[in-house]
Amino acid sequence: MMGRIAVIIGIVALIGLLASILSNGLSSFQQTYVSLDIFLDPAKLDKAGDRNPEAIAKVSTFGYAPLIQKALQDAMAAKGIAGDGVNAKTAAELISKEAPADLRRFVLADPSAIGQTVRFDLLAAGRIDGYYKGRVTMESAKLDRNISPEQLMLADKLKEAGILTTNFNWSFFTAPDASDTRPEAAGLGVAIIGSAYMMLIVFVLSLPLGVAASIYLEEFAPQNRFTDLIEVNISNLAAVPSIVFGILGLAVLINFVGLPQSAPIVGGLVLTLMTLPTIIIATRAALKAVPPSIRDAALGVGASKMQATFHHVLPLAMPGILTGTIIGLARALGETAPLLLIGMVAFVREYPAGPPEGFFDPASALPVQIYNWTQRGDPAFVERASGAIIVLLVFLLMMNLIAIILRRRFERRW
Amino acid sequence: MSPGIVVLVVAAISAVGYVLGRRRAVSLAARERAKLHSLPAYYGQTVALFAAVPALVVLVAWLVVQPLLIETRVSDMIPDSAIPEGGARSLVMADVRRIADGLDAVLARGGISESELSQMQADVTDVRGLLAGIGVALGNDVPPPVFEAAKSYRQISKTGNIVAGALALALSVGFALWAYRRIAVDLRARNISERFVRALLVSASTIAILTTIGIIASLFFETYSFFKIYPARDFFFSTVWNPQFRGGSDLGILPLLWGTFYISLVALVVAVPLGLMIAIYLAEYAGPSVRSLVKPAIEVLAGIPTIVYGLFALVTVGPFLRDWIAQPLGLGNSSSSVLTAGIVMGIMIIPFVSSLSDDIINAVPQSLRDGSYALGATQSETIRQVVFPAALPGIVGAVLLAASRAIGETMIVVLGAGATARLSLNPFEAMTTVTVKIVSQLTGDTEFASPETLVAFALGLTLFVLTLGLNVLALYIVRKYREQYE
Repeated sequence: MMGRIAVIIGIVALIGLLASILSNGLSSFQQTYVSLDIFLDPAKLDKAGDRNPEAIAKVSTFGYAPLIQKALQDAMAAKGIAGDGVNAKTAAELISKEAPADLRRFVLADPSAIGQTVRFDLLAAGRIDGYYKGRVTMESAKLDRNISPEQLMLADKLKEAGILTTNFNWSFFTAPDASDTRPEAAGLGVAIIGSAYMMLIVFVLSLPLGVAASIYLEEFAPQNRFTDLIEVNISNLAAVPSIVFGILGLAVLINFVGLPQSAPIVGGLVLTLMTLPTIIIATRAALKAVPPSIRDAALGVGASKMQATFHHVLPLAMPGILTGTIIGLARALGETAPLLLIGMVAFVREYPAGPPEGFFDPASALPVQIYNWTQRGDPAFVERASGAIIVLLVFLLMMNLIAIILRRRFERRW
Repeated sequence: MSPGIVVLVVAAISAVGYVLGRRRAVSLAARERAKLHSLPAYYGQTVALFAAVPALVVLVAWLVVQPLLIETRVSDMIPDSAIPEGGARSLVMADVRRIADGLDAVLARGGISESELSQMQADVTDVRGLLAGIGVALGNDVPPPVFEAAKSYRQISKTGNIVAGALALALSVGFALWAYRRIAVDLRARNISERFVRALLVSASTIAILTTIGIIASLFFETYSFFKIYPARDFFFSTVWNPQFRGGSDLGILPLLWGTFYISLVALVVAVPLGLMIAIYLAEYAGPSVRSLVKPAIEVLAGIPTIVYGLFALVTVGPFLRDWIAQPLGLGNSSSSVLTAGIVMGIMIIPFVSSLSDDIINAVPQSLRDGSYALGATQSETIRQVVFPAALPGIVGAVLLAASRAIGETMIVVLGAGATARLSLNPFEAMTTVTVKIVSQLTGDTEFASPETLVAFALGLTLFVLTLGLNVLALYIVRKYREQYE
């Protein structure tokens, strides 16, 4: 009876945890956009009229903002929407401050678009987005410096007219992080790449090292002081708090060897050292599960110890080893504390280069990005953080599924 | 020559060595009409291993040692007068490295030539402007000796890299040729290459030891330099934690230890009863189908990243506790509190307690239960009087392991418990732990000479020793107990 209650409490806690994350975070996959036909006015963007890229690049985002404001006014006039108590400038505040920058990027990438009218889906401001997600209400808008109830009413009219739409938020997966004041533009792009780089490093290093170490300990090692020392060490390392590995990375890899801060290479190495014990323990279990008769048969037909191990035992143990490796990788993917110490908290907007140079470029990582967002003032970032956690959990789920499938597929009984 | 290219070239040499070695062995055998001692592939493998391993070992060793040597040599070039008042030599050296990297970038962009660079002098050329042009920002103007040091830093590390690359390539080719020449029909190629592989396996397994040495050394050296500037007595016995940016801080560990133990205690109070009951239920009462469903469901809790728990504490549990319990009772109005972090952490460590205890209860031999039943005891009497006492030492071990988890946990406390160091009994107040302070002292722009930064290493060492002690004790208990029935 008590036991059943305990089980129920445990499972309720799990469900509560997931429900809280989902209810907070699912909305981050939707985003409010403002669709406008914007006339890319040559008189403003390219005064000389010779399409000189350098001259065009000189126009800052301030040069683009009036275009958006004008387009919004035109659209409102066309649909017959009057901005009751909202002038042209405050109406333009419905659109994210990120929008002029997006526009500028578009023009710089394709200067021939100047002079044409192009349809854009611009990000709505964070408060407007929050209004349609229930985070901002008329009451809270009265107290808010950034938004007024009149603006919200205008937004409702725009929505009715189809200018304001809610779409799937692809940029959440592709965009880099954004500054404190524009949560609507913040995305996970750099963090996903950084995490992927680190996982690549962890996989490439920890699998061969872990397997080699386990093969030695399980198949070749004599029982002596040295191997005892290694074994005790491995079981201790598995239980060392993760933050201590962060200190190791900071002291040895950054201060001593001089690797760059915030770089995936440092994170990858630290996580490799953390994952190794897990992989070694799993690999040893997998090797142990291969029955001695396989080894004896190989030795019996004249194979050397090394041949018996590499040609017969290792292939049979491989599914188990891979399962353990994937579980170790999953744990490394969610690890945060050590990455905080090696500077992965930095605000990174630049995408790192492709590997291998990209390993040395500053990047972010999924869990650290989540932490980063939780530390910011705007409540919209809590939604972003929860959304990022959903992404992280989906990745973890996929990895665990692969591990389970591998195990099912190759499970054999001797 | 960049190390990456050298590695690729060495790999290529080794691959060619494999093919050539194998072919030579086969042709030798055909010409001499004799049987090879080993399979042909082993001859190739021997050549390949000789080509790759020594070269790579030397290359890696060089890459580790070179920065140290350069550091000391270049550091000697900077006179004390060039070091700004109150600054540290290490900061100047960081500048030197930045300037050197910047110069490399300038050269790569073709702004100036190599010979122009060697003519350049800091007092006539605007080095700062030059570097700012490529995005390297320097805090102040570059004094001539620093610039000279940067130039020679660049020069030395460049020569160093070339020498290292050349040495590695020479070793690779040399050993490959040597191994290739030695190929003969009766060469014991298999034994040689197996000995090689075995050495590689041994060195892979020593990485665990190297990691431990690295951890202990990094913690120990920095802690040592911390205690040189800050008295150990104040660190261990002061009850005030108040780091100041400008120095003159109070860095007493006691409030942090108190917060750590308090939160861990709450976590254990949550996790131990729940975990134990789950374990007993699963081991003694549940049928196989329930067990196969519930056990993985509970273990999912252990696989969720701690940052997720942290956010859960921050946005759900914290405000809930504040609005429904703390404020009505007048106990405080902070959403981050000991209780928040403790409860959430307790949920996280339930599976550690339950899985380990489950294993241990299962390890109690059936004969004990049967004996108890034979005496007429009911199932719950058997569990309470026979199974539980028999499993107790192992369960204590499991609880200790869970406690060490709780002490070392970071993200839940960072997000759930706040950052105020205080000694208080009220569980609704924000407190902080050792791990939180390690993070806060080491993130951001830090200079590794002040006690405010170095204290993090002393905290880390304390944490390491604490958790290590608990782990060793727990493993000892669990292991000793397990042997009783075998």
